[in-house]
Amino acid sequence: MAVIEAQGVSLTFQTNDGPIHALKDVDLTIDKGDFVSFIGPSGCGKTTFLRTIAALETPTSGRIGVNGLGADEARRARAYGYVFQAPGLYPWRTISGNVSLPLEIMGFPKADREERIARVLDLVELSGFGGKFPWQLSGGMQQRASIARALAFDADILLMDEPFGALDEIVRDRLNAALLELWAKTGKTIGFVTHSIPEAVYLSTKIVVMSPRPGRITRIIESTLPRERPLEIRDTPEFIAIAQQVREGLREGHSYD
Amino acid sequence: MKHALPVLTVLLAIVLAWYLAAVALNAPWAQDQAARAGTNLTPTALLHATMVQERPVLPAPHQVAKGLWDGIAGQKITSKRSLVWHAGITLSATLAGFAIGSLAGILLAVGIVHSRVMDLSVMPWAIASQTVPILAIAPMVIVVFASMGVTGLVPKAMISAWLSFFPVLVGMVKGLRTPDRMQMDLMRSWNASRAQMFWRLRLPSALPYLFTSLKVAIAAALVGTIVGELPAGATAGLGARLLSGSYYGQTIQIWAALFTAAALAAALVAIVGGIERVTLKHMGLAR
Repeated sequence: MAVIEAQGVSLTFQTNDGPIHALKDVDLTIDKGDFVSFIGPSGCGKTTFLRTIAALETPTSGRIGVNGLGADEARRARAYGYVFQAPGLYPWRTISGNVSLPLEIMGFPKADREERIARVLDLVELSGFGGKFPWQLSGGMQQRASIARALAFDADILLMDEPFGALDEIVRDRLNAALLELWAKTGKTIGFVTHSIPEAVYLSTKIVVMSPRPGRITRIIESTLPRERPLEIRDTPEFIAIAQQVREGLREGHSYD
Repeated sequence: MKHALPVLTVLLAIVLAWYLAAVALNAPWAQDQAARAGTNLTPTALLHATMVQERPVLPAPHQVAKGLWDGIAGQKITSKRSLVWHAGITLSATLAGFAIGSLAGILLAVGIVHSRVMDLSVMPWAIASQTVPILAIAPMVIVVFASMGVTGLVPKAMISAWLSFFPVLVGMVKGLRTPDRMQMDLMRSWNASRAQMFWRLRLPSALPYLFTSLKVAIAAALVGTIVGELPAGATAGLGARLLSGSYYGQTIQIWAALFTAAALAAALVAIVGGIERVTLKHMGLAR
């Protein structure tokens, strides 16, 4: 069942140096429970597309449907949890307080809030850190807290914009495995922007390769990997073959320049 | 203890320099007096003469200290010669002006951040208001209020508010604008209302900036009040004390009033600083 449907989405930013075609004629369908990665060089519009899905940008033409609603209606219905590259936790709130923030804004009653905070902190393995302030936690833990915050209100779509981009390789590996586990447990539909080919192949059921000027989709690769993925799967021929396809897709995009 | 030594050294140097300056500046008058009396002063007598004048050009530190002691401890607090009484008058107008000014600054900042029209229209006027010399404006404010039958605390508080709203306005605008695009986008993705964004994001982000501005503002409020006490022959307050001192050449009185004002300002800034520390610590912003 299609959760997100984009049809002919174009977005042009007017700047002093003339118009920038951030997105041009993007068509994409994302099914329920999909893990979709967007990969491509800087300026290919992958972040812009994710923001357009979340109605943080408005397309110049085309339409995006989410759960049968328009993108902005879906935003107002709180259909998305959004995770940015930086954790963006409030320094004046504890970890629990930060996870509680969207719940307070959405008007969840106190008892419900506490139950949810405990549940999502457990999900990202931060139980027992609820009373700490963000600066008392490592970067990886802060990012996990921000994921817990995005999960707390049970949006069925999780949009992640290079969430592990600022973390080191070792922490990133661990968080990738944790994210897959979390995805398996919650069954959420995930949109994930990344620069890293191995990360995209390891996580996704569907890899969307994009290229710049104008930002567009050059290739959509359906992953043949099983849903259950230990870290060692990255050394299998199947994994390497998919990575190869992604690399080719990225090269295709560049030949337009 | 580690901090005390450098501070004391500097203090000692200042006092020493002050004594030397007092001798140099007060000696001509002492010699003049001696010449008129047809006597000659020995160096020791000259030195003594520069330290005990009733209206010295520059009173020596111990004279100011004695003036301060007389003014603070030597009088009944209700006496018109008590520095405590005068300081109290000045303090009440300062606090009133600070409250009005800070509130105005905060409200204007909230307006500026939320309304583009206010952003474009208010700021230039706020800046212009601070370029007007306060010494020129103060007498007019006093006169205008007096013509309406309002005297005493209110006109002084208005001048004080005039000086203190500006730092609060500037700091608060900056503070309310610190949340970056990502944090605003997060709020948007949760479909937060503007009021929720304000109370939960903008205001807490602005608090450190607000406190810094409040410290500047409360010192400015005191200056404003004293300036407001100078014109129109005010009879109460540290400003009036300064003015009457200068009318009658009572330099010791002027210096005593100056030191009282300085101590008052330091105390006020310290109190705001204390509230700042407690608040930020409570918020988890102080490490």
